Amino acid sequence: MPIITYREALNQALREEMARDDRVFLMGEEVAVYNGAYKVSKGLLEEFGEMRVVDTPITELGFAGVGVGAAMVGLRPIVEFMTWNFALLAIDQVVNAAAKMLYMSGGQYPMPMVFRGPNGAALQLSAQHSQAFESWLAHIPGLKVVTPGTPYDAKGLLKAAIRDDNPVIVLEGEMLYNTKGEVPDEDYIVPIGVADLKREGDHCSIITNGKMALVAMQAADQLAKDGIRVDVVDLRTVRPMDVDAITASVRKTNRAVVLEEGWEIAGIGAQVVDYVQRHCFDDLDAPVLRVHQADVPMPYAKQLEKSAKPDVAKTIAAVRKVMYLD
Amino acid sequence: MASKKRPDSRPLPGDPALRRVLLHSMLLQRRFEEKVGEAYALGKIGGFCHLYIGQEAVSTGILSMLRPDDYVITTYRDHGQALARGMSPRSIMAELFGRVDGCSRGKGGSMHLFDRNLNFLGGHGIVGGHVPVAAGVGFAIKYRGGDQVIVCFMGESVVNTGAFHEALNMAALWKLPCIFIIENNKYGMGTAVERAAAIKDLSRRSEAYDGMHGEYVDGQDVFAVRESMERALGIARRESKPVLLEVRTYRYMGHSMSDAVSGTYRTKAELDEHLKRDPIALLAARMKEAGDPTDLDAMEQEIKAVCQDAWDFADASPEPPLESLYEDVLVETGS
Repeated sequence: MPIITYREALNQALREEMARDDRVFLMGEEVAVYNGAYKVSKGLLEEFGEMRVVDTPITELGFAGVGVGAAMVGLRPIVEFMTWNFALLAIDQVVNAAAKMLYMSGGQYPMPMVFRGPNGAALQLSAQHSQAFESWLAHIPGLKVVTPGTPYDAKGLLKAAIRDDNPVIVLEGEMLYNTKGEVPDEDYIVPIGVADLKREGDHCSIITNGKMALVAMQAADQLAKDGIRVDVVDLRTVRPMDVDAITASVRKTNRAVVLEEGWEIAGIGAQVVDYVQRHCFDDLDAPVLRVHQADVPMPYAKQLEKSAKPDVAKTIAAVRKVMYLD
Repeated sequence: MASKKRPDSRPLPGDPALRRVLLHSMLLQRRFEEKVGEAYALGKIGGFCHLYIGQEAVSTGILSMLRPDDYVITTYRDHGQALARGMSPRSIMAELFGRVDGCSRGKGGSMHLFDRNLNFLGGHGIVGGHVPVAAGVGFAIKYRGGDQVIVCFMGESVVNTGAFHEALNMAALWKLPCIFIIENNKYGMGTAVERAAAIKDLSRRSEAYDGMHGEYVDGQDVFAVRESMERALGIARRESKPVLLEVRTYRYMGHSMSDAVSGTYRTKAELDEHLKRDPIALLAARMKEAGDPTDLDAMEQEIKAVCQDAWDFADASPEPPLESLYEDVLVETGS
């Protein structure tokens, strides 16, 4: 199977879906002439032309709304945000328009559209460019929210998102764009709402999503050296969440650590813990622990930033703690 | 724009049949909304409810010029435009009553009237939020190579939002067939336009965008509105370019049902002055002057019956069943 980058996997998904359905178009800042701020849309302008690969002004609220309007009358827009930090300017269109249109019209206006772009921290981008918005977006009924952590999932989930008749949020990882993995040439989708057991073990579950799946896998490798075998449950979709996958794993391991990129309060992990306490109360041998970003805006200085981020060491420490090893 | 001369010194446009249709459309909106006010007072309608009374020449003037395959999008003050677009009084009243036979199945209410069959893309509740959506509809029309237009109604306070600028900039940049209608009823809730906008002539906002035509028109004169709209359609439909129309009108009721008609931010004297230019009375008088067959009483009776029928229909319609609570959050999709 070919090994390609996460960036190339997303590019393949866009190209294949645009070739498959001429209602699909891509719009956003720098997506066309510049080939994408992160080169995800490389070559698409040449292949599909300027009506289907649309450079917008820096006007997030405006072009997100253009996507909403186009979706209302039958096109299938893919709206790229250069980062989700900038999407805050457009959140009215995501939350008040895209997520509500079907419901408040009594079912008359489905919104077949995708909002996508990099989410979370990269390196030393400081407070305004380093935020993970999973829990904000997952809070909203009317949206689906996917967070691919591998090239395989990136292609399959983006293709599923484009084919979905609902507004789907695709949270990519800037630090993932260069990561590599096996991606089939043939057409496939990764179904939305289905988690992936990325690694099997019977001592503890690490439940995670998005970019943190990679951190969880690295932690699992190191834990294995000490004979600790963990399940890594990659949620992949955070709305709707695969509750069955969470409960199946925790019932097997009786212990869980929830690892997420964002902040603690009202985070994705809080929701996972709620599912665990409701469905696995009698299965638990230890309280569930959470690993997340420190409850501060992201600092710039290297040492402070490292200290603020969830990482392999913090994950390992949490696993050892729920196993009462430390 | 109407001249300083008496507007009725000009020959009356159209033929008696058309004029009757226009009068009927405006009168239906007026009587329907009076009924809505009554129902609200009785507690049959809840939530926010924004009446359009006084502005009927705008909706009728603009929408009487559209084709069925054109698109319309508007704000939360949407009853008048919904009726003028041809939505059934029954389905609107049932929506206001929160009933299952409402146009939005009781999920939207007064601010969110939708009718897919009429390309009526809804009433929207966030000031300015629907203007980029209108640009998106214009984009889709162009994408498919169609010759429809999208009409986007907005209140005058919208011109101060970022969404307005972002949408008009893209519409001009990409030459989208969008007709943006500013219904300047002089107040954004209780704030007078001159206390909110650093520009007097709102249509001049079009000058910020190369190639965008802008003009203002007397919104109490349905013929003047239609004349402006005809020009706008020529530009939007034939040249695929956006237009900004400022239609100067006046709302006779409060901002919403909880707002007094006068006394806080405007005087009764001001209101009375504007009542002298009631768009329905103006049209009826001009028709009479022109010698059109006057069957105003019969029209009143017919409309009264339609409004009562809408009320009775809404009253008899059941509330949405509890199992519909979770319906239409998402569509079932086979990806």
